[in-house]
Parts: sequence; structure tokens; C-alpha cells
Amino acid sequence: MSINKEEIKKVAHLARINVSKVEVDQVEKKLVGILALIEKMQEVNTESIEPMSHALDINQPLREDKVTAKDIRDKSLALAPHSEQSLFIVPQVIE
Amino acid sequence: MLNLSLKKLSQALEKKEFTSVELTQFFLNRVKKLNPSLNAFITVDEAKSMAMAEKSDQLIQAGKKTMLTGIPIAQKDIFCSEGWKTTCGSKMLENFISPYDSTVIHKFNDIGAVNLGKTNMDEFAMGSSNETSYFGPVRNPWDLNCVPGGSSGGSAAAVAARLAPAATGTDTGGSIRQPASLCGFTGLKPTYGLVSRYGMIAFASSLDQAGPMAISAEDCALMLDVMTGHDEKDSTSLDRKKENYSNFLDKKIDGLRIGIPKEFFEDGLNSDVQKVIQEALRQYEKLGAKIIDISLPNNHLAIPAYYVIAPAEASSNLSRYDGVRYGYRTKEYDDLMDMYFKTRQEGFGDEVKRRILIGTYVLSAGYFDAYYLKAQKIRRLISNDFKLAYEKCDIIMGPSAPSVAFKSGEKQEDPLAMYMQDIFTISTNLAGLPAMSIPAGFINELPVGLQLIGNHFEETKILNAAHIYQKNTDWHLKSPKGID
Repeated sequence: MSINKEEIKKVAHLARINVSKVEVDQVEKKLVGILALIEKMQEVNTESIEPMSHALDINQPLREDKVTAKDIRDKSLALAPHSEQSLFIVPQVIE
Repeated sequence: MLNLSLKKLSQALEKKEFTSVELTQFFLNRVKKLNPSLNAFITVDEAKSMAMAEKSDQLIQAGKKTMLTGIPIAQKDIFCSEGWKTTCGSKMLENFISPYDSTVIHKFNDIGAVNLGKTNMDEFAMGSSNETSYFGPVRNPWDLNCVPGGSSGGSAAAVAARLAPAATGTDTGGSIRQPASLCGFTGLKPTYGLVSRYGMIAFASSLDQAGPMAISAEDCALMLDVMTGHDEKDSTSLDRKKENYSNFLDKKIDGLRIGIPKEFFEDGLNSDVQKVIQEALRQYEKLGAKIIDISLPNNHLAIPAYYVIAPAEASSNLSRYDGVRYGYRTKEYDDLMDMYFKTRQEGFGDEVKRRILIGTYVLSAGYFDAYYLKAQKIRRLISNDFKLAYEKCDIIMGPSAPSVAFKSGEKQEDPLAMYMQDIFTISTNLAGLPAMSIPAGFINELPVGLQLIGNHFEETKILNAAHIYQKNTDWHLKSPKGID
């Protein structure tokens, strides 16, 4: 399996990253190389093997859903590139 | 104050031979003098560090001193530190001032250690040469034309050039051990889940693990004593009794069974590095250890599986950088979509973008089974190889990196060559095992690291083996020229 310019554009769209035409050309060669490296995985038969997502096969622990950090609204909003009246401001989405 | 172990610094503070203020000023002066040529730090805040040192001196005066109270520690700029800029080496977070402390920072603050500053790193910890940082490359103190390794390259240069007595790092595929090898000091990646990831900016969450970077195994053990422990705020943090890592360093290693994987000595390993490693193994035999041949037959699949799992997790983790709640936002945009696209185009560097694209690709419709699921299955094969190996041996040894430090720029345009830097370190991240790199010799005045890999939770065993070696050799005490 390999990747072409069209697929790179599609993936870049999914990832919400602009890539210029020049960048697509540069990226293509490098991504093709990386995917060829990844392709080595297909050499080995893994049919009966369970996938492993945690190194120690531990399940997600549960805890009570309670507020621990209080009054952090202003502190959090202060980090935003643009905020007004306790709201994060983004370009208008709905007409 | 220079070249003293953490224990000796601690004793001197206890005996009031010098204060934390004096000690912190001493290292800040070294940073001022040497950082312009090394670029090891992104943020230094003398006033903040000195205020912390004053508080530490009050703790010491009040008799509330623990081992690392008053000792300045350089912190990798991946750990959120309240009131400090925390950039993760990225333009995306260039002006981000963390509103809270990561658990690692909290633990150091809690015992009165001093934050000496935030160290440079590859952008979002993606790199093996510290050349992907938005804040410029870090230089290797042994040869300023060479890379320090990465991604914890700033912490590495800081420890090697003695700008700090010790530092923190993080290791997703080798980012503590490979720079420890290339800069000639001791670094340890703990068992996955031992050190909390809360407030540690995420790269690949199932692999990321923080650890100490210092001169010796003894220093690393003392750092680990502070850093580890269960944390409710990290759902992958392990709920087990906290161990004491500095109590078992001096145990005799008679009869210790050292497994040598034949796959670590095949293609890709520089022959001079191989000689240094073999000499270190002979030293271990002299100290009473037994060398046992083992095999990790799926090791060659570690890099392919890693370059699916890590970018996949990264593409998900880095989706949070959208220019809305914090971080960089592009200056001009037409609508919301345009804002997202330009913010991420301008805010991320090339290597980060490549990995997000790869990760998005392998997770996209139709490819999930062939790539991500396949990689997770291979991850289990690799983990099973280690399980079998530990039936025959107590610890595993081999090289930490395939070569000594390479020239800046040499591999920058070739991502595959760069990825091979982690050929001996990645499999332990996939299996979640603890592993260290310790100095074992030199090639043309550039350091070589020996890797020690333990079974899960056997940090004490590798620290013990490393400490005994360091008591009988002095490779770890060598420091680069021109740093006095």
C-alpha cells in the first residue's frame, strides 16, 4: 500500500492542516518511505494474536465524578487567543 | 558544587556548608555562561528560581529537609509548571503559560526542590536529535557540531555540561536513553504507569513515560524516589505501593543473569560501539554476572509498529491544538475552517505535521485493521518475546543507540535514518519495561551508552546493576572539555 498526492490532500483535510502544492510534493516522498517501513508488519502472521493497547493490560479505572478544581473559569479563559464575556470567541458558524 | 552527586549536595545543604540560594545561583551562573552555545534551555527565570531557593532554605532551617530539598533541577519543557511558559518546543505553545502544575512538577515543588528552568526539546517530543524544536537546535557539549540526541536534548546537554545537577526527561521511543547515550550520562525510563503523566503534554499516551536524567544511577534512584507514585489524575497510573529505589543499590551482583539479545548485535550497529558494549559486558562478568544468549525475534518489527501506534495516538492527542482555547491562532482567516487549517499549518513544524498525517492516514476508514490493529498485535508479540526472555535471565543488556552522536543536519532530511536511532530502545516502550542508559566508554571522545532493560517493576534490579558497574568504573564521571 502506498500513498499518492490525492490521498495526502484528503488526509491533510481530515487532519485540518493546510498543505501547499509544494508541501504535498515534499511530503509525498517522505510519507511513501515511512509507509514502506510500516509495511514490514505484513510479513508476520498475527491472526490469533490479541491486540495490546496498554503495556500491562490494565483496564480503565473508574472514579466518582466530582469537581476537584474550582473557580478556574477566568484562569482558563485568560489563555484563549480571543475571549469575551466568559466565552471563547470563534468566527461565526451559524448564519 | 560542581560534579557533586545529589547525595553529597544534600549532605552539604544539611550541614549548612552552602545554602540553596547559593547553590541555585551557582547553577544559574553556569546557565548564563554556557547556554548561549548549547541552547539547552528555552526558559530561564532567575527571579522565580531564586524565590524557590529561598523557600527551600526556610524548609531546611525549619528541619523539614528531605533528600532533594534545595537542589536545583532542570525540567523538560513538556511538564506543565504553573506560572512558567510551557512550550513543548513548539510555536503552537510559544506563549502558553501553564495555569497548573503537572504531577511531576508538583512532587518536586512539594519537597522543596528548585525549578532551574525549562529545557529545550524536539517539538512535541518528536525527534531524535533535538533539531525539530521551534526554539532552535541543542548542541552536544562533547562536540558542538554534533546533536545531543532527542527528544530530551536540552535536559541531556544541561546534565552533560553540568548546567544542572539533574534533570527530568520523557521517553516515548528512547527520548531519555538515546540522549543519555549520546551525551554520556545516566538516564532511566521507568515501567509504564509508574510516573504520572498528568500535566505532561501528551505525544503517544500509551508509550509516554517520564524519568530522571543525572550523572549516576544513585542520582537517578533518588530522583525516582520523588517522581513515582499512584496518581488519581492519570487513569493509566498504576495503583501499587510506592517503592524505595535507593535502598538496594549496593546489593552484590554475583550470579546475576544478563541476557544478550542476538538481534541487538546484527545490522545497524556500529562496530566500534559493539566493541565498547562487549568490553562493558566483560566487566560485568568480572563482577560476577553470567552472560546468557537470548533472542528477541520480533525486535525488527518494533520500529514499524511504533511508527503506526505513536503517530496514530499523536494525531488524536494533537487535535486539541485548534486555536480556540489556548495556544497559537493564525492572524487572518475567513471562517472557522480556515482558522483551523491555517492555525495548524503555521503552528506545527514539518516533523509534527508528517506524524499527524501518518497517524490520520493509518486511522482513516479502511486502513484501521491493516495498520493500527496489526501494530497492536505486533506489540503483543514483542511483549511476549520479553516475557520468554525473562524466564532465562534477570536483566537484558545491549547498546542504547546504534552510533555515537552524529553531526547536526546529517539526518535532518532523512526521517527513516533518524527513526533508526531508536532501534534498540523502542521495543521496551512497546512492552512497557523499565530501561536505563549508562556511560560505558568513548569513541573518538564521544560517549557510548550501555542499555540495561529490566522486567516490569524491576527498576531496583537495573539500578543495582548500574550502580555496581559505576562503583567499579569511572565512565560516568567524565565530563566534556571547555565547561569549567
